[in-house]
Amino acid sequence: MRTRRSGEGGNRAWGQCLSVKNILIAVALTLAATTADAQVNLLNVSYDPTRELYQDFNAAFAKHWQAKTGEKITVRQSHGGSGKQGRSVIDGLQADVVTLALAYDIDEIAERARLLPADWQKRLPHNSSPYTSTIVFLVRKGNPKGIKDWDDLAKPGVAVITPNPKTSGGARWNYLAAWGYAERKKLVPQDFVKALYKNVPVLDSGARGALTTFAERGMGDVFISWENEAFLAVNELGKNKFEIVVPSVSILAEPPVALVDKVVDKKGTRKVAEAYLQYWYTAEAQEIAAKHYYRPIDAEIVAKHVSRFPKISLFTLGQVAGDWQKAQKVHFADGGIFDQIYARK
Amino acid sequence: MPGFELSLGFTLLYLSLVVLIPLSAVFMKSFTLTFDNFVETVSAPRVLASFRLSFGAAFAAAAVNAVFGLLVAWVLVRYRFPGRKLVDALVDLPFALPTAVAGIALTSLYAANGWIGSVLEPLGVKVAFTPLGVLVALVFIGLPFVVRTVQPVLEDLEPELEDAAATLGATRLQTFTRVIFPAVLPALITGFALAFARALGEYGSVIFIAGNMPMVSEITPLLIITKLEQYDYAGATAIAVVMLVASFALLLSINWLQWRSRRHSAIR
Repeated sequence: MRTRRSGEGGNRAWGQCLSVKNILIAVALTLAATTADAQVNLLNVSYDPTRELYQDFNAAFAKHWQAKTGEKITVRQSHGGSGKQGRSVIDGLQADVVTLALAYDIDEIAERARLLPADWQKRLPHNSSPYTSTIVFLVRKGNPKGIKDWDDLAKPGVAVITPNPKTSGGARWNYLAAWGYAERKKLVPQDFVKALYKNVPVLDSGARGALTTFAERGMGDVFISWENEAFLAVNELGKNKFEIVVPSVSILAEPPVALVDKVVDKKGTRKVAEAYLQYWYTAEAQEIAAKHYYRPIDAEIVAKHVSRFPKISLFTLGQVAGDWQKAQKVHFADGGIFDQIYARK
Repeated sequence: MPGFELSLGFTLLYLSLVVLIPLSAVFMKSFTLTFDNFVETVSAPRVLASFRLSFGAAFAAAAVNAVFGLLVAWVLVRYRFPGRKLVDALVDLPFALPTAVAGIALTSLYAANGWIGSVLEPLGVKVAFTPLGVLVALVFIGLPFVVRTVQPVLEDLEPELEDAAATLGATRLQTFTRVIFPAVLPALITGFALAFARALGEYGSVIFIAGNMPMVSEITPLLIITKLEQYDYAGATAIAVVMLVASFALLLSINWLQWRSRRHSAIR
């Protein structure tokens, strides 16, 4: 490939010594070299904040796989907004596995492109979510507005930063967490989320943009965040600037993983892709999740990191909204409850 | 003329491949909606509000640039001063800068804790995260279009024309309105149209500074992305189709205006 390109590039010296025959030989040699190495390639299509997590995980899995089978493996990663990544796969991006922010995006891949069966989420333990997270608050140092729980976010005079749940997968967890809190406190959930979103001065389209608005632009008193992102923000942006507030209850966020059947069967990578996902359920991999501030599902590993993951009463998506299809329809679809917050009377 | 058929053939082929086929794909996708659905999608209050903002802000930004772009071009052409080449090169920067970078830079300037924002905020003027911020971003990205279309025309305009006007007793204002302005008007309209079209489709820079509040500061391209995010391909393309048709009609009428003013000035 490389030789051919430099030939085309108009480099005289190369152009003269490169005949078509030479190019063919070079290509053949490269091909032979790859097959001899038995290099297996996987493509993992994931969402934004998992970049560092999967770098570690991929390295660990490659080592594990080589020790087990002698095969060398390279896992390529693709990151972006969860919904956008889902659409890329629907439009033909050859992902062996998808590891997205919410099951809804994988449901859509199953439904629209039929690349995997509709019951994909039952194929792996724990709803196919080998690591979980939750939603917490990031506030400015000293917590000047005294924010302790969800109801403080709906009080007048508090500015809340959270992205638009219609464009951001993570923001849907934020919204549903607030909804679940209101249900548990016997408040009217509609009114509660309405009061909360009235306090939102900027609706960024993604979580990273919203964090920038909060941290760099100085907008808002509280940022609703994935727990792992909140830890990263405090570590990277300064322990003396922000602190984490853990609310009394929150939602159990389960970012799922799934095998893309049609793709792995076409590429012949089913075995290794399956092993890749199974590997998440080992103690080794669970440690990696914990290291990157994702809550492991392995109770023993959680116990080891108890200082990192404060105990918090968690409710599930099922308890708040049934499933993603329903949540989408009731809350986030056009004309849904979220839209009604902003509808003009 | 020799070569007409061949060159026209190439032109049509090229335009089809680059412009028409992708655009027709947009139309095809929106045809998956029934007519009622289509109308319902594009006349939702939020969509209408975004049309108002997108077209309004793009138009206002192009108008601002038409005035100040003309001034910039005039200064660059007529005066010799140290650093002129540098200023000339600066004008192109909004072309070259990735729009997201522009958006982030503008937002950090105009946010309440930014250099400009911290001055304006006590005066009660909020720029970042309001429709005004959208305008600022669109003015920024549109400037080079006006300057670069007007500049060559001004360069061709001989100073002797002004001298002649003066000797014939024209005041400075009359020289400008009667001699200079009619000559640059067609180019100015083209620059305006380019800046307008560019501003209409702009996403990257606006998204950071707009605040994206539904009904208030949400631009149409963001709504399209929102629809896509919900896997509503048809709805997204429906909005895109309306935008396409509206901007095509606007550009066509601007072209017509320009053609008229050119003919007008030629007669003079």
